[in-house]
Amino acid sequence: MSSPDIPTRGPARPGPYALAGVFIAAAIIVPLIVPIYAAYDPTIGGLPFFYWYQLMWVPIDSILLLFAYLIMRREDRRRREAVREEKERIMREAGISGSATEAGEGE
Amino acid sequence: MSASMSLATQVALESTVGKDGSRPVNWVALIVVIVLFVIVAVLGFLASRWRTAPADRGLKSLDEWGLGGRGFGSWVTWFLLGGDLYTAYTFVAVPAAMWASGAVSGFFAVPYTVVLYPIVFLLMSRLWSVSHRHGYVTPADFVGGRYKSKSLSTAVAVTGIIATMPYIALQLVGIKAVLTVLGLGSNSNPFMADLPLIIAFIVLAAYTYTGGLRAPALIAIVKDILIYIAIIVAIIYLPAHFGGWDTIFGAADKKLSAPNPATGAPFGAVIPGAGSFNAYWTLALGSAMALFMYPHSVTGVLASKSRNTIRRNAMVLPLYSLMLGFLALLGYVAIKAGTNPIDTNGAVNAQLVIPQLFLDSFPAWFSGIALAAIAIGALVPAAIMSIAASNLFTRNIYRDLFKSKATPEHEAKVSKLVSLVVKLGALAFVLGMDASSAINLQLLGGIWILQTFPAIVAGLYTRWFNKWALFVGWAVGIAYGTISAYNVVNPATHAHFGGSISAFPFTDIPVYIGVSAFAINAVVSVVLTLILRAVKVKDSGDATRPSDFGADVDDPKVIAIEKEQPPLDPEVDAAPLVD
Repeated sequence: MSSPDIPTRGPARPGPYALAGVFIAAAIIVPLIVPIYAAYDPTIGGLPFFYWYQLMWVPIDSILLLFAYLIMRREDRRRREAVREEKERIMREAGISGSATEAGEGE
Repeated sequence: MSASMSLATQVALESTVGKDGSRPVNWVALIVVIVLFVIVAVLGFLASRWRTAPADRGLKSLDEWGLGGRGFGSWVTWFLLGGDLYTAYTFVAVPAAMWASGAVSGFFAVPYTVVLYPIVFLLMSRLWSVSHRHGYVTPADFVGGRYKSKSLSTAVAVTGIIATMPYIALQLVGIKAVLTVLGLGSNSNPFMADLPLIIAFIVLAAYTYTGGLRAPALIAIVKDILIYIAIIVAIIYLPAHFGGWDTIFGAADKKLSAPNPATGAPFGAVIPGAGSFNAYWTLALGSAMALFMYPHSVTGVLASKSRNTIRRNAMVLPLYSLMLGFLALLGYVAIKAGTNPIDTNGAVNAQLVIPQLFLDSFPAWFSGIALAAIAIGALVPAAIMSIAASNLFTRNIYRDLFKSKATPEHEAKVSKLVSLVVKLGALAFVLGMDASSAINLQLLGGIWILQTFPAIVAGLYTRWFNKWALFVGWAVGIAYGTISAYNVVNPATHAHFGGSISAFPFTDIPVYIGVSAFAINAVVSVVLTLILRAVKVKDSGDATRPSDFGADVDDPKVIAIEKEQPPLDPEVDAAPLVD
């Protein structure tokens, strides 16, 4: 490759991604195991189990993704911090302007 | 009709549909719909000035016109994607399916839109990063850059355009359902009966042309407020009004378990039986995998400001899924309410169930708000879909195949014109053909778009796959999916394309055809890659680097890097796509 490769993130540690992966996998797999919830009883306010259980998984999935997000954001910030100096040096030497100083900051 | 009139009187007054389907125009509801439509149209035209620097007025690049300046933050993205993914057709069709045949064909939409978000969370930030770095506007741009293959990027682009067209047509079916229950479809002159739809679409085409993606983004905010009001009120008031969920589910069970006179089998079931478990979860998973392969979903993602915008949205977008779930249950409420969805030709049309239920159960002014929410809810995705299809055409067919030197300004001009053509095509489709062909094509479109999953998603993680293996896998998946869908015969009407469930190859387990086709596609891609690697076929082109997939908004774009440091090896870096 010709133009300089400007690193965006340092090497990943497997731990955080494996943990986030468990949350994400659970969020995909569990709502799809139909035999668990294909039942009429128990009902809540007249709503059969089949329906309220699946609706309940909407907020559960959001919370699982929140855990995954917090874990991955932390690791992502560490990885960006790890290459910040190298990145600034390469960009300076190549004469590329850009606001690399704020790199990787999530909102 | 005065709003102070009691609800009970209202119900008696509104259920006055003639036996032949003719119905009086509901003027109060119609005026509310027209007023809201005009407000939205004004917003649509103002959108071209929203978040634009004076220098960018006129939206002279695809980044500006087709991606809204690539600067939407978490809030706007939430509204934009909410309006983009939960379309009017969904709002009309999911409760209609519940009303007609129960949980398997209707309520799967809930697990579908639940497992959707972990998938989006996982994949879309990588696609955002690499697209930000390289200025990709479409999924086919990414595939073209990653594999340096024109055949593969054209395949992805053509699949995207063809799958999107019937989806746009179905949005019109949603608007049509609203207009029909308002009493506008009854005119004996076919042109007059379709005139409101034509006007709505011309206005939509005009503000999409001038405002680009900013127009649906701005309108989506209004539409969402309306739809949340309508559904929250409906879900609090209607179940209690019709005797509580116990009674409603009793009525639904009674209707669905009755034998269908055409087949002798029950219409459906409130709780799916063991025989349909596999159909249920494969429909949910396959639809979830397919949704973000659609160009309009990718457009919504790429228009966001930073890498994490889409991840934060994946956590809060499920609020719409909750709403969709309750809306689906309104299909059962309509069973208990005895809603009678008679179309203008006198036949039962399940698509009219939800608009009719609102009109029967609420004062006319409130029904007007709910119906306007559905109609405006059709305009938002129709606009985004036409923009996405135009971007695909401009970038991956016009530029890649015919005019490689097109400037950004030229691209934007072509895309704007194509967006008009796309909308006129969808309009002609809906006016010229019956709605069932649009529904069949949309069903096929879902199966087809899922066949671009291996090329796009594998490409986000690895360049291991051979480009030709992916191309052949795509072709085999499309062929298998189309033939299987054709072979599904509706037991009542004996028509082909009777559904999207058929036996998994070499078994008798009924599953979603899209998932079977995807499995075949993936196996073909892996096996062919192994063979091509064994015989050492060269396939090394790749415009991306590992660092691209982690780039965030502050990391420099490739175009900036190369402008300031010209490529040392123009052969490699500036080479157009090969083959």
